[in-house]
Amino acid sequence: MSTQLSIPISREAVEKQSRANGEPEWLTALRAEAAGLSETLALPKPEKTRIDRWNLGALGTYKPSEAAASPDSLPEDIRALVPSGTSANLLVQRNSGVVYSHLADELKAKGVIYTDLETAAREHGDLVKSHLFTAIAKDEDKLAAIHAALWNGGVFIYVPKNVEVDIPLQALLFQDDAEATFAPHILIVADTHSSVTYVDHVISGQAGRTAPAVHSGAVEIIVKAGAKVRFASIHNMADNVVDLSTRRAIIGNDASVEWIIGDLHDGNTLSDTKSVLKGNGSTSDAKVISVGTHSQNMSLTTQAVHFGLSSDSNMVTRAVMRDEASAIINGITKIEKGATKANGVQTERVLMLSPKARGDANPILLIDEDDVTAGHAASVGQVNPEQIHYLMSRGIRRAEAERLIINGFLAPVVSEIPIEAVREQLQRLLEGKLGS
Amino acid sequence: MATRFVLEGLRAAIDGKEILKGIDLEIKGGEIHAIMGPNGTGKSTLASAIMGHPKYEVTDGAAQLDGEDVLEMAVDERARAGLFLAMQYPSEIAGVTNSDFLRSAINARRGEGNEISLIKFIRQMEGKMKELEMNTEFAHRYLNEGFSGGEKKRNEILQMMMLDPKIVILDEIDSGLDIDALKVVAAGVNAMRSEERGFLIITHYQRLLNYITPDFVHVMMQGRIVKSGGPELAQRLEAEGYDWVKEELGIVDETVGQA
Repeated sequence: MSTQLSIPISREAVEKQSRANGEPEWLTALRAEAAGLSETLALPKPEKTRIDRWNLGALGTYKPSEAAASPDSLPEDIRALVPSGTSANLLVQRNSGVVYSHLADELKAKGVIYTDLETAAREHGDLVKSHLFTAIAKDEDKLAAIHAALWNGGVFIYVPKNVEVDIPLQALLFQDDAEATFAPHILIVADTHSSVTYVDHVISGQAGRTAPAVHSGAVEIIVKAGAKVRFASIHNMADNVVDLSTRRAIIGNDASVEWIIGDLHDGNTLSDTKSVLKGNGSTSDAKVISVGTHSQNMSLTTQAVHFGLSSDSNMVTRAVMRDEASAIINGITKIEKGATKANGVQTERVLMLSPKARGDANPILLIDEDDVTAGHAASVGQVNPEQIHYLMSRGIRRAEAERLIINGFLAPVVSEIPIEAVREQLQRLLEGKLGS
Repeated sequence: MATRFVLEGLRAAIDGKEILKGIDLEIKGGEIHAIMGPNGTGKSTLASAIMGHPKYEVTDGAAQLDGEDVLEMAVDERARAGLFLAMQYPSEIAGVTNSDFLRSAINARRGEGNEISLIKFIRQMEGKMKELEMNTEFAHRYLNEGFSGGEKKRNEILQMMMLDPKIVILDEIDSGLDIDALKVVAAGVNAMRSEERGFLIITHYQRLLNYITPDFVHVMMQGRIVKSGGPELAQRLEAEGYDWVKEELGIVDETVGQA
């Protein structure tokens, strides 16, 4: 590749930091290897998005934050986002490190682990080692390697066999120092016939809005046979932050994963969410909602790869683009040879609110098996003037008419979000992004 | 003040082609006017131009509601001033429920700080739906989406009842309705008759007028009102068709603006 971006990752510095943090040797070696790979690997080349022009170098340096005794000692703008209720199972990452985590004793007693990934690597080494970077390959591309070398803080969830966690585990991941490396890695391991819901919110604190930064995020979900994982994530960082988010799930026999992604970030976004349906009878459902404003560029990809017999995937993306925002929306359903009776469905829809906004929907079906069903639908369009006229003819003002139509465009997905708190938060952010 | 809606010499064009060639009409509160005429004579254009559809350009003339210039108003202002058009082809809007839409429309009239309470709104809406023999489930359906032709028409009448306008224009409200639905719709309109409210009913069949008796009947051809009379005019048109009108007036082609 000709456009090699120089992103300075020093193998030595990575090793030094890992040792200083008391990480196990295998992890230091993994980071060092990834740092080496990051020098030679190429950047990913998402469809019609020139990420090589993005400010990918603003990775900052490792800056842990002081632990918080309770969520009350967090900065005020962040505190407002802390879920209410003292029983909340909550983890908070600030800049490069986790500053608070709490898990109900009842869940601890059942063997559930909910802690930051750095601590988990020290305390639950085998469990972490056998799953970390198994869903995402650290040599997938340059960005994956950078993340593997630099990840910090993060989340580790382990749910033992047959344990069902009824209350969502929640995380708040925020950056309020643009000089700090902000690279949370989330690893969720749901053992056989367990179930868990995880909800996070990735944001910039007020103080983190002053300089360019990069959020290098990765999510790996390992869903073992018969287990069920629900993952919801809302991203809303400052417009000078580049959001790089890769999410992967490996789904076992009769297991299921549900993705709910709110890409409401204000800056450039590379978001890629993929389910690998390894198991027979495995299912995946992905819902992505996005609003683009100003001149931000977004590349939003959902993928489902079917290996298992009778595996089932559904992916829906709906995006509203304002101003000069641009979104390239890719949906890739791949059904491998042997995945008989698999079913894969995807829909991408983009609503453009201004003549300078841009939206592309690229549905791709790659099917190597005959005995399957698959479908896709995609549309890109503007607000229909007849609809505006109809609403206005009943006395509704133009701005309100547009608001109704835009909300209506997103409603079929938003209303299906099964977690009320997430739905409400999403609604609030949507109104914020659409109203400004 | 008693309702008074006046059109004077109204001319309108679409894509530069003149369709309305000077319409004069006065509707007072309590009156029902029917505009009849074959297809392509400008009837629906009249309705759309009054409401302010962006495709139609009013090129000349005046429209006043209670002394206020309607043509100066934006579409939503016309509606809030008291105009209501039951459309021939209502839009379908996915994701917006019928009840959210109606409540927004009512609140737009009432203004900020004076919004209708949810309970009162639901009670009103369900009451009106019952009158129109609509399943209350339609309140939660997306606006007109997947509604049959008849359901859409009832939904237009529901909106009329909820919004309590001064001047109601019904554009071919009878098309696509079976006789039972027609009776329900007519009953809804009759229930809304009052001294405060005027109606303009656009149709090319007389059958709706069997259930809603007009005070005045106007025949439209070539973008003009060419003949006016009482209810007996509608009956004669039903019995004899439009040819005698054309003959009487020496009109060969009654249509306007056809390519």
